[in-house]
Amino acid sequence: MIDGFIALYIFMLAAFTGYEVIARVPVILHTPLMSGSNFVHGIVLVGAMVAMGRADTTLEISIAFLGVVLAAGNAVGGYAVTERMLEMFKSSKGKGTGKGAH
Amino acid sequence: MDTIGADTLIQASYFVAAALFIFGLKRMSSPVTARSGIVWAGVGMVVATLITFLTPGMGNYLLMTVAIAVGGIVAWVTGRRVAMANMPQMIALYNGMGGGAAAAIAAVELFAGEVHGPTVLTLGVLGGIIGAVSFSGSLIAFGKLQGLIRRSFRFRGQNIVNLVILAVTTLAGAIIVVHGGAMPGHVTLLFVLALLLGVTMTLPIGGADMPVVISLYNALTGLAVAFEGFVLNNAAMIIAGTVVGSAGTLLTQLMAKAMNRSLANVLFSGFGESAAAGGTAGAAGTLKAIDTADVAVMLGFSEKVIVVPGYGMAVAQAQHKVWELCQALIARGVAVKFAIHPVAGRMPGHMNVLLAEAGVPYDLIYDESEINAEFETADVALVIGANDVVNPVARTDKSSPIYGMPILNADKAKNVIVIKRGQGAGFSGIENALFYLDHARMLYGDGQAKAGELVQAVKTL
Repeated sequence: MIDGFIALYIFMLAAFTGYEVIARVPVILHTPLMSGSNFVHGIVLVGAMVAMGRADTTLEISIAFLGVVLAAGNAVGGYAVTERMLEMFKSSKGKGTGKGAH
Repeated sequence: MDTIGADTLIQASYFVAAALFIFGLKRMSSPVTARSGIVWAGVGMVVATLITFLTPGMGNYLLMTVAIAVGGIVAWVTGRRVAMANMPQMIALYNGMGGGAAAAIAAVELFAGEVHGPTVLTLGVLGGIIGAVSFSGSLIAFGKLQGLIRRSFRFRGQNIVNLVILAVTTLAGAIIVVHGGAMPGHVTLLFVLALLLGVTMTLPIGGADMPVVISLYNALTGLAVAFEGFVLNNAAMIIAGTVVGSAGTLLTQLMAKAMNRSLANVLFSGFGESAAAGGTAGAAGTLKAIDTADVAVMLGFSEKVIVVPGYGMAVAQAQHKVWELCQALIARGVAVKFAIHPVAGRMPGHMNVLLAEAGVPYDLIYDESEINAEFETADVALVIGANDVVNPVARTDKSSPIYGMPILNADKAKNVIVIKRGQGAGFSGIENALFYLDHARMLYGDGQAKAGELVQAVKTL
């Protein structure tokens, strides 16, 4: 369903999106943001799951198992540390804390 | 549920996940909305993962669930426990795991001979190589920052060796593509070489440059995930991976710029911890010590104090005491601000995380461009554990390795107090001319202990 130029268009638009989303970020958020984008590529988990679901031989299943373990670590670990960091950012005015924002 | 229904549901959930990732990242770019950003992205991840179980024609469900549980639980426990000061290497570790997962997907698909067509095969091989490099490279980066690998292994011609490994890896990949896949020997060689390349590329890079490298591997993992997304025909992976790839590239450039280095310089020269030579000029005069009581008086009767924290403060675990001191000063009507240099921590923004952990509100924290003009109106610049980032030779001495690096103008304040453990030089081995200025005073001792004494002294004024 995604082929040829459509795939290329998706790639290009996603690349510009990533650039624009990050472009005006203050330095104070660089570390959490790197961690956050690190979490986002944890979506590799769904790919590892599909690869494992289709694996047949022992070799394939073993590699895929390792892949799923690593991918789950990426997603869960990335979330855990990013959330911990962002939770601590508080304003002295007592409003606009991470929790209060919608 | 029939196959077509399941497929529509899966595609819809991936669409929602991709949208939530972009929305979440956007919210993460402001401190006010940042925490809700990661939560939204997390919702997207959970939805995508759960729905993937419905993919038609899959097996190995039990093992799959076990794998998710193992990886997830270990990562959750370590992620919750790690100290904020060790955050950079944890990010490297989780990122390397993502790269390894992308490489594993490529390996499974290539061994199974399931990848067809030269374009998809090329993307699969490329994603595999990049993922494997990111995996082993990130592990080395973790080892270095964690202190497990202390040396920087450098030898003549290391760039040529890396180039040769890269060339052979590419050749193996090209053969696989030309033959149309299903070549177990070549696939094995491809991954062994790619893993080796990640190691040899990362080992020579010094600890100070590691954040830039971690950020680069983060971008590379994103790209690898996107490429494997093409192989698996998975739009969520393509979009999320590409977004991270480009966002990560931009972040890497911003970080390199903040450290006054170019990316090529970081990757191929191996500075980072060896630039000790030269740069003692401008350090004329004597170091003038001061005691705690005098500092307390100076601070307590100031109108405006600017605190300049460095990584040394985090090493001494002094941030809580420093904030306590600032609260005591604020209670006396002193205006207190924090000035943060982009590379004050171990990566840009790391110091903000450490101060946030101590409870310092982010609106008291200013970056270099926001506050540099204010130093002239400050009564005291309190420098704690910072060194190179306040060294005025960066403005004046062309022979210094840090010449041209943007610094905090602490020397422009009416008085400068430096809390420092001993008389040694900074991280880069360069003498600091600031400490020798006429209006600078040195308070020697452990950062945490001295800050604690100052709190008591200020309260009894």
